[in-house]
Parts: sequence; C-alpha cells; structure tokens
Amino acid sequence: MSSSLLQSRVPPTLSFSSSIAGTKPQWRFTFSPAVTFTRRTKNSTIHAKIREIFMPALSSTMTEGKIVSWIKSEGDVLSKGESVVVVESDKADMDVETFYDGILAAIVVAEGESAPVGAPIGLLAETEAEIEEAKAKAAGAGSAPSTPAASAPPSPPPPAAAPVAAAPTPVATPVAADGSRKIVSTPYAKKLAKQHKVDISKLVGSGPFGRITPADVEAAAGITPAKSSAAPVMAAASAPVAAAAAPAKSAPTFAEIPGATIVPFTTMQAAVSKNMIESLSVPTFRVGYPIITDALDALYEKVKPKGVTMTALLAKAAAMALVQHPVVNASCKDGKSFTYNNSINIAVAVAINGGLITPVLQDADKLDLYLLSQKWKELVEKARSKQLQPHEYNSGTFTLSNLGMFGVDRFDAILPPGQGAIMAVGASKPTAVADKDGYFSVRSQMLVNVTADHRIVYGADLAAFLKTFAKIVQDPDSLTM
Amino acid sequence: MQSSISLSLSSPSPITSRSNCAADSPQLFFTNTTTPNQLRFCGLRRESFSGCKSYNAIRFKQLPPTKQLFASLSGNGTPSKGRGFDYDLVIIGAGVGGHGAALHAVEKGLKTAIIEGDVVGGTCVNRGCVPSKALLAVSGRMRELQNEHHMKSFGLQVAAAGYDRQGVADHAQSLATKIRNNLTNSMKALGVDILTGFGAVVGPQKVKYGKVGGTETVITAKDIIIATGSVPFVPKGVEVDGKTVITSDHALKLETVPEWIVIVGSGYIGLEFSDVYTALGSEVTFVEALDQLMPDFDPEIGKLAQRVLINPRKIDFHTGVYATKITPAKDGKPVTIELIDAKTKEPKDTLEVDAALIATGRAPFTEGLGLESVNVQTQRGFIPVDERMRVSDSKGELVPHLYCIGDANGKMMLAHAASAQGISVVEQVSGKDHVLNHLSIPAACFTHPEISMVGLTEPQAREKAEKEGFEISIAKTSFKANTKALAENEGEGIAKMIYRPDNGEILGVHIFGMHAADLIHEASNAIALGTRIQDIKYAVHAHPTLSEVIDELFKSAKVVGRVSSATPESGCSLRF
Repeated sequence: MSSSLLQSRVPPTLSFSSSIAGTKPQWRFTFSPAVTFTRRTKNSTIHAKIREIFMPALSSTMTEGKIVSWIKSEGDVLSKGESVVVVESDKADMDVETFYDGILAAIVVAEGESAPVGAPIGLLAETEAEIEEAKAKAAGAGSAPSTPAASAPPSPPPPAAAPVAAAPTPVATPVAADGSRKIVSTPYAKKLAKQHKVDISKLVGSGPFGRITPADVEAAAGITPAKSSAAPVMAAASAPVAAAAAPAKSAPTFAEIPGATIVPFTTMQAAVSKNMIESLSVPTFRVGYPIITDALDALYEKVKPKGVTMTALLAKAAAMALVQHPVVNASCKDGKSFTYNNSINIAVAVAINGGLITPVLQDADKLDLYLLSQKWKELVEKARSKQLQPHEYNSGTFTLSNLGMFGVDRFDAILPPGQGAIMAVGASKPTAVADKDGYFSVRSQMLVNVTADHRIVYGADLAAFLKTFAKIVQDPDSLTM
Repeated sequence: MQSSISLSLSSPSPITSRSNCAADSPQLFFTNTTTPNQLRFCGLRRESFSGCKSYNAIRFKQLPPTKQLFASLSGNGTPSKGRGFDYDLVIIGAGVGGHGAALHAVEKGLKTAIIEGDVVGGTCVNRGCVPSKALLAVSGRMRELQNEHHMKSFGLQVAAAGYDRQGVADHAQSLATKIRNNLTNSMKALGVDILTGFGAVVGPQKVKYGKVGGTETVITAKDIIIATGSVPFVPKGVEVDGKTVITSDHALKLETVPEWIVIVGSGYIGLEFSDVYTALGSEVTFVEALDQLMPDFDPEIGKLAQRVLINPRKIDFHTGVYATKITPAKDGKPVTIELIDAKTKEPKDTLEVDAALIATGRAPFTEGLGLESVNVQTQRGFIPVDERMRVSDSKGELVPHLYCIGDANGKMMLAHAASAQGISVVEQVSGKDHVLNHLSIPAACFTHPEISMVGLTEPQAREKAEKEGFEISIAKTSFKANTKALAENEGEGIAKMIYRPDNGEILGVHIFGMHAADLIHEASNAIALGTRIQDIKYAVHAHPTLSEVIDELFKSAKVVGRVSSATPESGCSLRF
C-alpha cells in the first residue's frame, strides 16, 4: 500500500538540479515521506512530550533501513516539515522530515547503521527541559547504542512497525567473519536465510563439499522448492529430456499426463486460490436448516414486476436476522477477540467469466427491498465489466452463496477469511412435509447450510440465527416494510 | 621513381568499387569518381593536383590502361615524402586501435602495413568486447524471460526459460569470427598490407616481423605505431588452469557454467560477467580489494548500480580484501581462495567455490618489442607517451617517428580510445597537429541495465573545481519519467550531469539505465565539440525516445552565464 502511496507522490518528471557548493553529495528526491512519528503519547503519558522517531517504511518491500546521514544533530531545534535524516532503503536515499516542532534530543541509531522498519532511530523533545529525560530514555531503551539493531527487541514492538519488521533482522554483514567454525553457504542461500530468518549456522549443507545451498535454506524455512524453477533449466542437448525436466521441477509431486495444457491463474483466480488456502487455518463447522418457501415464493411473484430479485430478498432476510444475532455478523481477526461489525454488509458470491467475485450489499438491513434490488443490479453489472471498486467486493461481513438456480438441493460453502459465517442456499423444491399434527402436505422447501468460524460463533448461536432467518422467510411480510 | 599514377579509393563500400573496376568498364569507373572527395591522389602527383578543381578531366587524359589501374587500386599508396622507406606507416598490432589507425592512414594516402602475430581484431574482437556482448545479449534475454513479474506486467506468459550452453558459446564465437572477417576484409579491400608474424622495433624507423625463431623480415617505415594491446592481468599467487580458475579469455568461451563462481575484481569486466553468470543460473561472490564495489564509477551511480545489479541478485561480496592465493579445483577438492585484509594484511577468510574468474584488470602486452633498441623503458609494462601518443625514452625525450596507442600506453584502456588515439596519430604524421581530448571518450558497461559515462566523476569534478576555483552544479533526471522506458517497463535508472553553472560547460555525464551505452554519445559529442548546455538544450529529440532522458538533463541544468559557444555572433556579443 505504501508503495502506491509513494508512487502517487512522485512528481511527473523527476528532474531536479541543485547547485552544490561543496556540502551534500546525496541524491535526494524532492518529495519526502514523513511517516515517522507515531502516536505513542496515549500509551505512555509519562513521556507525553517526548516523541520517538521511527525508521520509516519507504517502500513496500523495505524491511530495514540504513541511516545515510543525520541532517540535524542532537540539540538542534526542528520545525515541522524540516528534513531531519537521510535514510537509505532498498530503493533509494530519501529525506525524512518531521511532523512536529521540537528539539532533537537524542540520536539512537548513528550514521551508517541500520535499523528495522519501525524501530526508534531518534527522540524528539518538545522543550529543553525534557532533553535530559529523553537522553536517559534513549540510554535506557538502547542499552548498547552502538548496536542499534539489537536495541530494538527489548522495547514492545512500536505501533508503526509492520508485522514483518516486528522481529528485527540482523544487520547485513556480507563478509562472514568467523574464524572458528567453517560454514560454507552460497550467496543466494545467505540471502534467503536472511529473508526467511533462518539461522544458517544451524543448517547442514547438502551441496557440493557440504556447502549450504538455497534449497537447504528453503527446506529449513518450510518453503516448497517449486520456486527454484525460476532458476534456469539446464537444457540438455536433446530436446525431449529438457521438456520432461522442466515441468517435473515446477510440480514435483504430480505425475505428468501427456498432452495436458497448463493455463496459469489470472489475477482473480490467484486471489481466490490464496483465499482458499488461507481459509484452511480457520476452524469451521456447519449447520443446516430446512425452510418452507411458499410464502416467500408468493411474495417474490408479487414484487418481481417491481424489479426485486430473489437475491435481494434473501440478502434482506439474512440482514434482518443478523440484526438480532450480531455475533454471526462478527469476525475473528487475530484469534483473540471478537470484532463486532457496525454495519451489516451482505456479500453475494457471483460467478463471472473465469472467476468468482463477491459484490457487497452494504447496510443491507437499512436499505429497503427496492433500493437493495437496484443496488444489486448495479453491482452485478459492474462485476461483469470488472469495474468493481475494492470496497464494493471486500467489505462484506456475511456472505450468501446461492446455487439453487442450478437445481442444487444442498451444498457446503467455504468460509472466506475475515468473515464469521457464510450461508449456502439450495433450490426450493416441492417436498412432502409433515406438520406438527402429522398431516402431510407438499410444500416448497429449501435447504440452507451455514458455515461459521467456531472461534466466535458457536452451535447454539448459529442455530438461533437460522431459526430467526427461517421465521423471516416463512413469514416474509416484514421484508417489504 | 613512381611514374604511374597511384590512387586509392576510399568509398564506403570498397569491395564494390573494386568489382566495378574489374568489370573493365570506363563508365563504371566514372561513376565512382564523380565525387572528387572520394578520390585521393597519392605519390608525386599529389601536390600538383591538389586544389585543382577539374581533376577529373586531367585524370582522364592520363588514364593508363585499365589493367594497370586495377593493379594500382589494390595497392595502398606509395611512400611519399620519406624516400627510401618501405612504408609511410607501419602498425604493430591489428587490434581495434591498429585497425582504426590503418583505415585512417589509407584515407590520408599513406602506404600502410599492419603486423599481426596472432589474429586480426585483437582483444576486443576475439577475447573482449565483442564476444562478451554476445553473452550479454543472451543474459539480457534470459533475465527478461525469467522475470515472471516483468513478463506478467506486459501481459505475457512464458514457461520456464532454459538455455543450451554450447549454443550460447557458439553465438559468441561466431560473432567474433564475423567481426574478425569484417575487419580483415575492410583492411584488405583498402589494400593495407597485413604482415603476419611477431613485430618488433629494431631501430629508428625500422621494424622486423616474422615467426619467432623463423625467418624475419626487416622493413623500414617513416612512422611506426605500437598497438600491441594487453592481456588479462593475473596477480601473484593465482594459479590459472583455464578450467576452474580462469581469466576473461577462458570465460568468454563459456565452456562451463559453474554453480558458484568467485569473481576477483568488480570493475567493468567483473560486473559484466556477473550479469552473464547470474542470468545463466550461477551464484557469484565478488572479491574487491577496495572498500567499495565498482570503484571506477561515479559513487552515486555505483551505489544505484549496486542496488539494482548486485543486491537483488544471487551475488554477495567481500570488499577491502586481497585474494592472495587461488588454487584450482583438483583431486576432488574445490577451488580455494585465500583472502587477506587489504589494510592489515591479516588472513581474513578462505572461500571454497566451484570456479574463480580473475578480472583484476589488464596488463600491457609490450614484452619483446625491441624497445631497448630505441632506448625506451616501460613503466609497469606500459610504454610512456605524451598527449600526442609520442613515445618517450628513458631520459624522457621523445623518440622521433615512434608512437604508441591503446592499452599498451595505459592512458585509457578502451577499444574505441585506442582507435581514436590511432586516428589522432595519423592526423599528426600526415601533417596536421591533433590532440585527443580523453575526457570526451565515453565508456560503457553492458550490464542489464547498462552503465555509461563520459568525462569526470563528481568527486573528480569537485576536486578540479576546488583547485581551479569554479563552482559546479549537478543535474539529474530519472528514467521513471520517460515514456519509452516506462513502455518497456524499465523505469529503473538515472542520468546525472556535472557542469559549470557559470559557462554551461559539461564536465561529466553518467547514465545508469536502459540503453545507457547508446545514450551517452550525445554528451560525449557535446564535450568533444565544446558544445555548451545553453546551446544543446534547444536541440530537438524525437518523442517518445530514451534520448529524452538526456534532453531533460540538459533542460534541467541551470546555467547562469548566457555565453553561447556555437553562435558567438548572435546576441551574445556583449560577453565577448
């Protein structure tokens, strides 16, 4: 995200010239990302007026940054918008400016040293009186200021830290300066080890002369070596051998069926695939419920000429039921808490050419049936022309998937990551039903099956929700109100 | 002595003109000679004809039988002023420098011979720039094809790219052969005598050639150019076996693609090979004696180049270390490289790898040239010359009629510099003083993306500015803002210019980005011709092209002085 933000701030032409009389040889961008100051003041009221300057994330891929130079020195008075420090990222050197007025009280990370993104690199005091306090804090926080990368871990991870940066990576020292034990690892193996935080000294090399190869590191990091197909395939002189070797590398576990064609995922398909894999980490369970739909069907016949669709009816019914059962509309984001959503946004799965997308009917409980139907038409049109905005497909709090139109009587949906429950709706079919008095009659009945995250939604919750939903569908007059 | 008219034809396609003559048709002959510029008279008649506008007519009257004319065409002029000499000019070494000098000498009407002991084309064509460009062309494509993200951004889908090592090696070899033949043919067509054998100076204006130990022929020449070039420099303690410990000579044959190779030296040669090897799947470790990689480049360009060419690739490096001992792989043991700290000289590390490429620069090839006969002493192997490439002897005095160009003099070890020096010498010996401005000679490194430069680096310019008391300014543009670069998804890169804001003089230009090597010439020409920024900024560039990066660079410069170099009479007379 931050990268796109940065890009948008790049002026159309990046040409600039500076008349330099003999001071700063650095290349500076004219724009300055100033994202360094966090609102930590709320957490620690004691240091209310001492702000920490954090290593900013200057690009989406940046995990650590190197201080090229401090433009200001300790004790300098800073005013808002002034450049304070030059940081080298994996992409470029950039000036970092301050958002606050104050005094640069202490430099925690010295020039030429590196720190992970989010680690404090300096302290800003508001008044002179606080400088001493800030210095003491700096000395306390970084007990060994000479090794700034190591000083980060004792303090709680700063809020600005990207999750990646929470565990500081060791400062890059390309020269393996060890005299005692000889660990031979290839350049790429070292890079991978750093990237995946694998302790290379604990690995046993499988390469020539016992050296640690990239494959060893990947194995230790638990990555399937499939990616190694990016490395050149050493094509043997005979073509057929080479042809056989290539696919074998990319999918080592599957037998090859001659004549098969491989079609790579589109972006949408890749996103679906990723979500599906992610869904495996959520403990789900399913509860089914039969619902008599004669009344709903009758209502549908009545409102159909006014442009109301079955999808809108079902979404409205689900939304109304969710109002009464907010836990089913909640989600579990961190495995530790319930996130109760303010609005009820019903995502509806739609198959579009070569993919699957879930346009979202926002505030489905508040909109009336007719507006909802109109909104739905717009969304479907946008989805087909691939013009949905992100908030129109990723803001759902509950998903509805309907395969009834194909005659499917029941099915089982996979819970999308980030939501608490998904409802799978089957076809409404004439069924022989016995009422409580034992009289048989033929009624239209559909089976719904809800998959939910059992960390937050328990069996009784879901059953109660379904009972409410069934009641609404079986007595649907409230839907039109 | 020379009674018949000799002439040499310098036409863009010498072979065609020869076949025309062979067709025995006077009409065809005329078509060739209608432009007087293409016709140069040599020998005794030259003076009498010079300046004569109607020399076509005169020539016609004196036209000798066609057969004789044909014979004289295949010769290359006669020794003119220096009577009694076999040649006007003898060049020892038929590399790019010697070739450039020979072609220009013929154009100037000098009877020229070139002595080659090995193969025509020298290092550049056979063991340097040319075959390496073939390998780099392959590596560039491999890189693109392997970069799924890059391909996807174009909407392209490519299955795993692979290569056939022998096929790649053959491409490099056949390119070298082709260029070598082109060079040989161009000299033969002009009638340069190609003398085979090892050449050496035997005295003033006297050269011998022939197989070492075999029959040797002594020839005399009015002027002699030494252009013997260089060989890869191999430091002490390094045992080159040509298989696992190699120089660029071996590497260009691409007999193996090692899994892990150490490259000793991170200059142009090392950098280009790292590009080739990593694209072909090798992992690379650089060993650099200085504290930073790519010490030859402008520091800022070097830094950016490291970000793009080193850090994201399968490359690591050891800086500030010397490789004191390199032992080839044998008896089932890997190549071992012992490193010591460049400053403290203490042992630092021992590397065990599959191969080592020695790219520590090049050493002049000046052994056995008979320099003692003219009392010349080499300095670390280099032949001492002045700014006009005139060789000086051990007392520091100039040796008359002896010149040295190219790698052998060490001034600027680049093929095109050698050629330019050769042309400069020919200009001098044909009576026109000429001093080559080395600051206008561009250099390029053909990595992906390329690096190119001309003139001073920023630290050099700063030093000069301080010494001479002027100010310098820096202008920069980014490839990110260039339409063509973005269309190619190659927005990575910058161009940087160091200039004088007071008079608009360009001191140096450095480019890192797509096709940088082709883009530098606008700047190098401007420096060579003395064109100032305030003039060149009005030159028009086609849109959309990469050249607009340079256009932007000129336009973004802020020149305070309004002095115009090209048109002093127009509106700027106040300053003059």
